[in-house]
Amino acid sequence: MTLDLSLLPDGGVPWLAASGEHADIVLSSRIRFARNVAGYAFTARARDGERLRVLAQVRDAVPRVPSLAGAALLRLDEMTVTERQLLHERHLVSRELAALEGAPEARSGSAVLVSNDAGVMVNEEDHLRLQVFRSGFDVAGACQAAIKLDRELGAEVPYAFHQEFGFLTSCPTNTGTGMRASVLIHLPGLVLTQEISKVLQGLQQMGLTYRGLYGEGSEVIGNFFQISNQTTMGRSEEELAEHLARVVRRVIEQETEARRVLLRDAGYIIEDKLWRAYGTLRHARSLPADEAMNLLSGVRLAVGLQLLSGLSVYTLNKLLIFSQSAHLSLEAGRTLTESEANLARARHVRQALASEAGLADR
Amino acid sequence: MLCEQCHERDAVLNLTRIVANAVTQVHLCEKCAAEQGIETTVSMPKHPLGDFLDAVQQQALQHPGDAAVCSQCGTSLKDFRASGRLGCAHCYRAFEHSLRDLLRRVHGNAQHVGRRYQVPHPEILERDASIGALRARLQEAIEREEFETAASLRDQIRTLEHAAH
Repeated sequence: MTLDLSLLPDGGVPWLAASGEHADIVLSSRIRFARNVAGYAFTARARDGERLRVLAQVRDAVPRVPSLAGAALLRLDEMTVTERQLLHERHLVSRELAALEGAPEARSGSAVLVSNDAGVMVNEEDHLRLQVFRSGFDVAGACQAAIKLDRELGAEVPYAFHQEFGFLTSCPTNTGTGMRASVLIHLPGLVLTQEISKVLQGLQQMGLTYRGLYGEGSEVIGNFFQISNQTTMGRSEEELAEHLARVVRRVIEQETEARRVLLRDAGYIIEDKLWRAYGTLRHARSLPADEAMNLLSGVRLAVGLQLLSGLSVYTLNKLLIFSQSAHLSLEAGRTLTESEANLARARHVRQALASEAGLADR
Repeated sequence: MLCEQCHERDAVLNLTRIVANAVTQVHLCEKCAAEQGIETTVSMPKHPLGDFLDAVQQQALQHPGDAAVCSQCGTSLKDFRASGRLGCAHCYRAFEHSLRDLLRRVHGNAQHVGRRYQVPHPEILERDASIGALRARLQEAIEREEFETAASLRDQIRTLEHAAH
């Protein structure tokens, strides 16, 4: 294992801090811009040498890009699959860039720049995927920061731009602004009251779409949804962000109402379920990933409903990311089998919850 | 194996029939199968852009001029239809008409109204664009086995690339 995580400012995940608005419901707000460097074929068509030149061009520009001050450059093409997966678990790189499906190795020139709350994936489906994360519900703040990063980098590296079509991307579904604004949101209330399908349908009518915890192609698990804009053209960046924020604000209201109804109509059933979830996490000796995610979802709801005190959303956010397989393998110093990972996960969760409760883990 | 119906064309379809608990195998060509009302058209691979790309393909058939290949990266409309991905920025010019229609269908609008962008160093861009064009000509020269031309083109590319560093 050569990946030095100490290079990453705040581990690359300062958004876990749960400091923003509605942080118990919205984990993070994210803006990403898809950009291509003018003069080269897009990543999939580019030769190895071209991808390496794209990387060199971006790397050389970093010192003149204030938004990327102190950024660490991580080369995915020099990493093991576990290390790449760890970066994916932290939402720093996509599945595609981490080459977690199909290809055994990452494409040459695959890399990611990570600064405080901004990052740039290099040689993803597009040459550059700029992204900014904010803790909690702060789409507007993320949008401002992402536009600043885009301006600064675009002044140093020439982007492929078309007067009519806007920023040119490998897939036409991203053309125009190249922007995807999203929030990672926890909606157990709407799931338990079975209102969720209505809400998700409504999103689609509003030109938004939803995915699982890890974006495109990922499953919805633990009641975590990623809600984002579907189209990227015909509206400005600010309009796209405002539209998403407006709809998400409404979803937060619906979730809050659903939680109120749950407590009113089924108070003791919910309370019992959530305490059982907490009990399992506190004492289980083996925890499969899916089960852990669902139990954490329950405990998160309990904290949101103020049924459970003395446990911070920050700790729950950290557990969500740091109890995943690649993190456990890295902690153990070797690649764990699934059953070993289940044991390690149970231990990791027990220790985190025990220290939060001021108890010694047994 | 020949079609068991017409005994002329190759059988491409193996059909298992179960009639009154008796299992029989029938081998048919596409035409005879179609005549018996069996659907043989292979459906498009499932792709989020499937319908739109289909429309692009239809349009390309109606306007053979649109079936062009991008001169910079060699991507054809057919490649695009299969992968859903364009090969380079120039593809947007090469397939402009089809793409305008596609973008309108995908986004409801084919006009970018977001941030405008000014390329910082146009001279770098021009140089890189000419490298791309030279590479395409080099490829053609190699395919036609015109090795002297190829060598000269290679030298020109080297000179430009050298200037870039």
